[in-house]
Amino acid sequence: MANQSYVVAIDQGTTSTRCILFDHAGRLASVAQREHRQIFPRPGWVEHDAAEIWRNVERVVPQAINQARADSSQIAAIGIANQRETSVLWERRTGRPVANAITWQDTRTASLVDQLSAEGGTDRFRDRCGLPLMTYFSGPRIRWMLARDPVLREQAERGEVLFGTMETWLIWNLTGGPEGGLHVTDVTNASRTMLMDIHTLTWDDDLLDAFQVPRAMLPEIRSNVEVFAPTTTVLPGVPIAAALGDQQAALFGQTCFSPGEAKCTYGTGAFLLLNTGPDPVRSSHGLLSTVGYKVGGDDPVYALEGSIAVTGSLVQWLRDRLGLISSAPEIETLALEVEDNGGCYIVPAFSGLFAPRWHSEARGLIIGLTSYITKGHLARAILEATAWQTREVVDAMNADSGLALTGLKVDGGMTSDNLLMQTIADVLNVPVERPMVSETVSLGAAYAAGLAVGFWPELKGLRRHWHRAARWLPEMDPGRREREYANWQRAVERTYDWLQHDDDGPGT
Amino acid sequence: MPGTVQSIERAAAVLRLLARSPRPLGVVEIANALSLPKGTAHGIIRTLHGVGFIAQDNRTGRYRLGKDLLRLHDPPIDHNELRARALNWTDTLASRTGEAVRIGVLTAPLEITIVHHVFRPDDSVQVMDVGRVLPAHACALGKAVLAYHPDSSTVLRDASLEAFTARTVTTGRSLLGQLSTVRERGWASDVEELNGGEASIAVPIRDQGGAVVASVAVTGSPKTVCDGGRNPRPRLAARVAETSRAITGELAIRRE
Repeated sequence: MANQSYVVAIDQGTTSTRCILFDHAGRLASVAQREHRQIFPRPGWVEHDAAEIWRNVERVVPQAINQARADSSQIAAIGIANQRETSVLWERRTGRPVANAITWQDTRTASLVDQLSAEGGTDRFRDRCGLPLMTYFSGPRIRWMLARDPVLREQAERGEVLFGTMETWLIWNLTGGPEGGLHVTDVTNASRTMLMDIHTLTWDDDLLDAFQVPRAMLPEIRSNVEVFAPTTTVLPGVPIAAALGDQQAALFGQTCFSPGEAKCTYGTGAFLLLNTGPDPVRSSHGLLSTVGYKVGGDDPVYALEGSIAVTGSLVQWLRDRLGLISSAPEIETLALEVEDNGGCYIVPAFSGLFAPRWHSEARGLIIGLTSYITKGHLARAILEATAWQTREVVDAMNADSGLALTGLKVDGGMTSDNLLMQTIADVLNVPVERPMVSETVSLGAAYAAGLAVGFWPELKGLRRHWHRAARWLPEMDPGRREREYANWQRAVERTYDWLQHDDDGPGT
Repeated sequence: MPGTVQSIERAAAVLRLLARSPRPLGVVEIANALSLPKGTAHGIIRTLHGVGFIAQDNRTGRYRLGKDLLRLHDPPIDHNELRARALNWTDTLASRTGEAVRIGVLTAPLEITIVHHVFRPDDSVQVMDVGRVLPAHACALGKAVLAYHPDSSTVLRDASLEAFTARTVTTGRSLLGQLSTVRERGWASDVEELNGGEASIAVPIRDQGGAVVASVAVTGSPKTVCDGGRNPRPRLAARVAETSRAITGELAIRRE
């Protein structure tokens, strides 16, 4: 143990896969990253190549190790955090994915979800799994994939085709793949499938029936903090000792270990999670009940979640699809060319609206266009969209908990955007704080893995590593805040009812 | 009178050839077109590829002009992108040293604008400095950039500079003397030259082409930043230099 200096975190995210080494003080020692392709076969469809993602893991882990001038004997454990709900099926015998992974942003299951909702309401499974029926979650996706191919269904029933979210896929590959790979998931990722009973933390037969998912294809559900198995490749012999969904990992990384503590992570989307303690809280304001984390054999800790589908990806859209900026951070430079939004609002309902409104038929809009509007105003409107979406989720969180949020802990790549952080403080009217490590998804995975192997002795001690790196205080005039919020809400309402049934292609 | 450097002439010929070619070219095609031995052509191509002036087509292995060549005329790195790329490394520096960290860029001949600020990790109340303008002659951030700026000797030769404390350097001539020390040891410092009770150590940040684009500094009490004799601690300077190198590495990762 003496010479074990680092824990490795693998953050398999929506746009890239990262490997970060952390030292005993929870400081980042090295980082390697690789983007993977975003595949958009049709409007509303978003896919990833799971084999490409696995190859990226094989590359970034050695890169990060080399960068820290370390070797595998110095690595105490590996922790994995991953984009949630993204689903892949693969052949047990060959390890080959049967198709591209269908990502969490993908809305192809809209008709299926509508049909299931028509039979018993959007909330028909909420008591059991904590979630409303939405295209966001994995269950409908598995049903969609198996419904298209009777042979695939038979193979799934025989356990020859396996299901996994990305942590399952990576752990299986890291532990041998076709040669005895471990087929497991964790309680946080499983809590996003709509297939797990959120109280018992086991696969639920009624839910499996509803989504026509054969049990034989499902991984075993484990806690977040335990030694899963030693890896057989990439870092042979080093134990995989944690797996968490990325947002839960960030909750863990921000050391939100007490009920009432919350964080918001700004990446592709933004996700506000509030620790609600040992019992799941049912939201009456459009939030999700989800597992926060479970340490080994301890009782689980639950969370309320406000999920915002599109934040960073809106900036990427401006960069990649419109070409108005050449790198994401330049949006701040562009936005600072103007004083305000010029009356322009952008509602990025690319995958419908997530929390707290949940309108899967909504689609994005730009409104308030006049000939006065420049690309600077569009940049402002894009940053403001992230801030106002956060405001809506915070309002819902306040309404559900009966308490007013007094400050927001933020993390993620977008926290480097100073103007955005200031705007969030302005529209929430509370201070916004960034911790010393903004890569809290990775840090949370590292903490969890380090706890499992004794690299860190106990949960509470991790709080000592948390330090404030930056703080933004609200400066906006209250009258202006209210006017702008009202404008935003009017804009959002105009996105409703856009998609008609059976819309599945351009111009239809 | 030194002669011309043959390999640079040949490199220029390769660039001209690729600029004129409607399609990417292979090593043999380039060697033949310029009557160069294949090994020589290959060495030149690898070097140009290394500095980003030419790019290799992934599928065919052939070469064309690189984005960095086309970007020679671009403005220096966007300040907000600089902050985004530096973020992880400046956090680590603040955490390791226990001091506040700032990144500054020269926005006027003698003005430094703070583009990134990481609080001192003691959870005390601190105010975000991003956007604040500092007099370049009176702070380590400024000296670290001025030391490598081509205009410094002209701007500073006869300048008289404003005093902020009794220790501020007030003549251009003495500042130029300090800047030459900065170049020798690779880092700059100020001890109570801008604010009493405050000392800083700064190191220039270079882009992938080697040009100084900004500087990064730790700032704290003279008691922690300096040794007993009020001299900035070289060990601390080494940590800042390490951070600067990490940021340069981050800037060098090519944009896709």
